Amino acid sequence: MTALLTLLENAAPAVAAAAASGAAAAVPAVQSSLGKPTAASIGFFFVIVVLTLVITWWAARRTKSASEYYAAGRSVSGFQNGLALAGDYMSAASFLGIAGLVATKGYDGMIYATGWLVGWPALMFLVAEPLRNLGKYTFADVVAFRLQQTPVRIAAAIGGILTVLVYTTAQMVGAGNLIRLMFGISFEVAVVAVGVVMLAYVLFGGMIATTWVQIIKAVLLLLGVTVLTLMVLSKFHFSPGELYGAVAAKYGQSALEPGGLVSNPLDAVSLGLALMFGVLGLPHILMRFYTVPDAKAARKSVLVATGFIGYFYIIIPIVGFGAAALLPGLTEGGLGRELITSFDKGGNMAAPLLAEHLGGTAFLGFIAAVAFATILAVVAGLTLAGASSLSHDIFVSVIKKGKATEQEQVAVARTATIVFGTIAVLLGMVFKQQNVAFMVGLAFAVACSANFPSLLMSIVWKKCTTAGAVTSILTGAVLALTLIIIGPTVWVDVLKHEKAIFPLKNPALVSMTAAFIVGILVSLMAPEKRASDMFEDEKLRTYLGIGAE
Amino acid sequence: MARNAKDVLRSPAFAALVRSKWTVSIVLTIALFVVYYGFILLIAFDKAALAQKVGQATTLAIPLGVGVIVLAWVLTALYVVWANGSHDAQVKKLRDEVKS
Repeated sequence: MTALLTLLENAAPAVAAAAASGAAAAVPAVQSSLGKPTAASIGFFFVIVVLTLVITWWAARRTKSASEYYAAGRSVSGFQNGLALAGDYMSAASFLGIAGLVATKGYDGMIYATGWLVGWPALMFLVAEPLRNLGKYTFADVVAFRLQQTPVRIAAAIGGILTVLVYTTAQMVGAGNLIRLMFGISFEVAVVAVGVVMLAYVLFGGMIATTWVQIIKAVLLLLGVTVLTLMVLSKFHFSPGELYGAVAAKYGQSALEPGGLVSNPLDAVSLGLALMFGVLGLPHILMRFYTVPDAKAARKSVLVATGFIGYFYIIIPIVGFGAAALLPGLTEGGLGRELITSFDKGGNMAAPLLAEHLGGTAFLGFIAAVAFATILAVVAGLTLAGASSLSHDIFVSVIKKGKATEQEQVAVARTATIVFGTIAVLLGMVFKQQNVAFMVGLAFAVACSANFPSLLMSIVWKKCTTAGAVTSILTGAVLALTLIIIGPTVWVDVLKHEKAIFPLKNPALVSMTAAFIVGILVSLMAPEKRASDMFEDEKLRTYLGIGAE
Repeated sequence: MARNAKDVLRSPAFAALVRSKWTVSIVLTIALFVVYYGFILLIAFDKAALAQKVGQATTLAIPLGVGVIVLAWVLTALYVVWANGSHDAQVKKLRDEVKS
């Protein structure tokens, strides 16, 4: 952790360390039911699974048309969509990872928390409303709106699917390890369980079921973390200052000061770009904007989502500091950090251990079940996004040239869902032993470099051409991928080379800039008259919503 | 396209609507950059300033980190307040003109 540790890695140290520590974990002196299935954890787990499957059954009866499958019939309210967006975005990595990071490393975990939020206002200012007005089911609808369908759809699908696949792999490997740690079941069983339940939601209930699973998860997660925060604060007369005092007394004042996380300013700037603009290129987030009736509701969803996500990131460090201050050590008078890292070197078990310490086995069971629901909701959103790109962008728009009946579209969407869900489970298995730390970072880098520049240019720039958009997407995708591989996160940390060829941990500063420059130069070199003529006409739809679906 | 639609597209009112939307968006995006990068670069270049105590043990870094999150939300809220007010009224007026 001497150099800037990618903010995005928090899923990962977790994962890598979890894999490593699993076998060698010392038996803690403190008795904990963590890692053993208890009546409470199994009970809460079943309540959540049964409740969400009932909702899926209800949703399945309402999912007949393509618009219902992909976009919940555009019947979701702004407030509901805000909650669902929060549920789509807040991963187990943010919940368990940030709490663990604050518990074991101190203040630096809070820097992560701020980084995860700043993309949301940018999403509102730059793309939310035009995206809603111009598109139908996927963000590629917007990019392809006035350009030539076939090349743009294929390129956008490459960028979109690459982002979703990488993000899904990180989630599945994380899911397998975290569920193994919490419930004590094997990695493979955990990954298959996530895959099967998530497939049931998406396959039968489409976006309607996915939306409600995400809403339920968001409410449970916010509730669970709020209760945990209040329990921590109640030990300190509801004064955060006293809590910080207790942390400083045990670990020294440095636990409350910025440490080694941000040491290279260039790396920090590059990572900031990826975090801020990556959100604007995440297909599973962008797709949610088509579930609301209009741009005004899209606006409200971002405000609500930003509010809940921001609240979550403000209170989660209190849970982390609380775990550091309140948990007992491995021996009499030892420090809580020892206990936390004895379960998992990445610190991911800080919040569950704290839940057990303060609320007993039952509360631990609740928190474990909430973490499971968290994983399910995120993976369901990703699978739906991946499937819609395969079916809507590739099959319907490219192969069938837009001429497919409703039944055909829904049938293809369901097939694509099975394909994508199976791939997700397989990826989880294949990367089981791998350090997937870099993958969340890679997903954000590809999102901001491949998807975001073409999306923004197609919305605001009249002269953007088919060739410009396609080359921009491919440049961003290839550069982001290559530079991550030859950068410190893969070249040194995974492949164990001595020195990285590319110096930055996150390539956004280079790859996103290059994607814009290439898109602009190629567009200027060969103007496309039809595209620039249509730009004026589409303005009524972009800004007034006239003709929006 | 209907004549009304063409008229609205070419009207100064529509041009002003598009201009004001992007002015507000760009100003707020810059504000977001200043807030977030101000925080990150302060950490990168002046850790000592952030390590100052503002309470018994509480460091300045803690309220500043929370402040970044709160300010990001406030900027989002400012956009919504602006958009729900004069912007939406103008959008509705122009929509009605196209449809009449």
